[in-house]
Amino acid sequence: MSASVLYEAQGPRAKARNVIYTAVFLVSVAVLLWWVYTSLDEKGQLDWSLWSPFFGSEAWTTYFLPGLKNTLLAAALSLVIALPLGAVLGIARLSDHAWVRVPATVVVEFFRAIPVLILMLFCREVYVAYTGVSSDARPLYAVVTGLVLYNASVLAEVVRAGILSLPKGQSEAALAIGLRKNQMMRMVLLPQAVTAMLPAIVSQIVVIVKDTALGGYMLAFPEMLSNATTASSYYGANIIACLTVAALIFIVVNFALTSFASWLEKRLRRGKKSTGVPLAPDGGVDQSGFGAAAN
Amino acid sequence: MQLRKITAASAAVVALALTATACGSGEKDDKGGSEGGKGKITVGIKFDQPGLGQKTPQGYAGFDVDVAKYVAKELGYSEGQIEFKESKSQDRENMLARGDVDFIAATYSINDEREQKVDFAGPYLLAHQDLLVRADDDSIKSAEDLNSKKLCSVTGSTSAQNVKQKLAPKAQLQEYPTYSACLTGLQNGAVDALTTDDSILAGYAAQDSHKGKFKLAGLELSNENYGIGVKEGSDLKAKINKALEKMVSDGSWEKAVKANFGPANYEYEPAPSIGDIKK
Amino acid sequence: MFDFLEGYDLLGAFWATVQLTVYSAIGSLIWGTLLAGMRVGPVPLMRAFGTAYVNLVRNIPLTVIILFSSLGLNQTLGVKLGGGEDFDTINFRLAVLGLILYTSAFVCEALRSGINTVPLGQAEAARALGLNFGQVLRLIVLPQAFRAAVNPLANVLIALTKNTTVAAVIGVAEASLLMNEMIENEAQLVLIGAVFAFGFVCLTLPTGVLMGLLGKKVAVKR
Repeated sequence: MSASVLYEAQGPRAKARNVIYTAVFLVSVAVLLWWVYTSLDEKGQLDWSLWSPFFGSEAWTTYFLPGLKNTLLAAALSLVIALPLGAVLGIARLSDHAWVRVPATVVVEFFRAIPVLILMLFCREVYVAYTGVSSDARPLYAVVTGLVLYNASVLAEVVRAGILSLPKGQSEAALAIGLRKNQMMRMVLLPQAVTAMLPAIVSQIVVIVKDTALGGYMLAFPEMLSNATTASSYYGANIIACLTVAALIFIVVNFALTSFASWLEKRLRRGKKSTGVPLAPDGGVDQSGFGAAAN
Repeated sequence: MQLRKITAASAAVVALALTATACGSGEKDDKGGSEGGKGKITVGIKFDQPGLGQKTPQGYAGFDVDVAKYVAKELGYSEGQIEFKESKSQDRENMLARGDVDFIAATYSINDEREQKVDFAGPYLLAHQDLLVRADDDSIKSAEDLNSKKLCSVTGSTSAQNVKQKLAPKAQLQEYPTYSACLTGLQNGAVDALTTDDSILAGYAAQDSHKGKFKLAGLELSNENYGIGVKEGSDLKAKINKALEKMVSDGSWEKAVKANFGPANYEYEPAPSIGDIKK
Repeated sequence: MFDFLEGYDLLGAFWATVQLTVYSAIGSLIWGTLLAGMRVGPVPLMRAFGTAYVNLVRNIPLTVIILFSSLGLNQTLGVKLGGGEDFDTINFRLAVLGLILYTSAFVCEALRSGINTVPLGQAEAARALGLNFGQVLRLIVLPQAFRAAVNPLANVLIALTKNTTVAAVIGVAEASLLMNEMIENEAQLVLIGAVFAFGFVCLTLPTGVLMGLLGKKVAVKR
């Protein structure tokens, strides 16, 4: 339902009222911003010396760019591994065989229930105890494994919800023309579900990028946020400035990702008729509930 | 329809290829990155403590770094063969036990609890827990004064536990993951003092952007004997002790202290002799 | 085997986690609903604000938001949220504020997806009766949207429960802070991890199941 059906086309009185609302809202936002600005200024947080490092190349080449590289690397690896794994788990949860369905359900529910940070810590110890992964690579391995375990189970739910969102007639028709179950899944259901799942997958990518930051403080993974705090100890007490820059980079990266993904989605969707309803990023539509939500 | 299929298929192929290369590069890492490999020595330092161990655009700087470089040189490694690694406080024992680093010089105070898990060479510096206060604040004269004060320290650090359990149980304590976060509040009066070892505090007080804003209160609230941590039972301990002795006797210790703590007007203790741990 | 737990207030830490979750959930439900209202409302500036808010906040790591609320609001701007001089109270409230600011963006999106499930005719009929925008939203659309959004909101709630661990960065004494402390002092790292993982499973799994049942019960049959 588009927003406009919620209210009438506006007449002169409604328009006048809107102007008043707009003005009041604008003034209150402006007052708030002005208060933040003046107080920051008063406390010396806007001094040029705190912000000048970010306008030279030094801060970027030493702290922010290497950090960004690690953040993106960890996020890319996690996504690339979690996506197929999530698809397998999601399909397994829909299996007719209890011995496939039950373990998959347990795995998915378990890893969705635990904070990612705890998963990462756990993975690190497992790598130490049972594998020969070198200590240089270990923080990355631990971060990626933690992210994969969590996000694969979230993506499994996305896949499951995507397939369940298709009309029943699709699978009935597929069976009726004599397709086997895996043919039905591969040729009929999955291709249609993919486009329905895209928005949810995209919002999960953003979650992955943000969650790499959890590896910073506890696992000494040199990602963006921990590099930003290292920078603040070098430049002096400009931690607010450093965090602001880090936040801006995260916003830009995530915004670029979401824009690219929605372009891709449009391209995939073009000229095709899917019976699936696009799932809202936070998992509306379906009744099964899936967890591409906040983290 | 055809185009979409191709796009989807190629996306899948790319994804698979990426996974494969990821695994491939991972295996390479395994072989190349084995620790203690020939011609390399890994040293754990702090990355975010100006004056002791700080990652800077020019490389790593600080007293701990200088000590580590000297020791490495005495062990037969050139500067290019040293690999510095960040060792967070809570991770130091584990890093040694796992063999992630050969030794650690990271404001690592020797105490009984830690000595059960790792071996210490040194000590190479005697520091004290102290307070960093605003330059115009003279209200803290002794540990008792702290009970009415607002303090800041790093989450779970020895200094923080010290304050909570012994020095001033009634004091308000704000904990952050890094010391640099405490400085903002100290500057603005949200906290009254930042407490940790005076050597660390001196490094912050000496930074360009803090000159004249903060000072050390000069209370010796504890003795912190900085040692170089090595894996339990490691034969490095004796070699590092020898190197540290030489560092003091040939004047390099004095030079390194002056270079790193000089600007802070930090009244450092004279070089401790090996094995002389002040409780 | 579990004697390492002695001397630690495990239940107290998880109680703090529960409190953080409950207060933040209530706060973000309110602020998230307001945001959703702004995003579908007739005032263009508020629509723009709602959209910008959701898109900015969703893209920033929660750690940064919570650090901002402590370092920026409290330590620099002197906001104490009525906590007086007690750091524990102030930090708890700041953490709740940070969690609300962050989670409400997701609540807003979940609600919007709920609003999208309400058939057009509902709003049209309401307007035909002469209800204005506020009434349409309050009396007709939101009640149905909430019922449709129970499942996505449950996911937000579960994520929120787990996200409270981030409050540890400003020193709120909840479960993950205690875990850090225990990891530093005790040797049984894997066991400690297992204990805390179990604690979170105990908190989140029942939430998920109960909300799932609730979602089925209140779902609008169409």
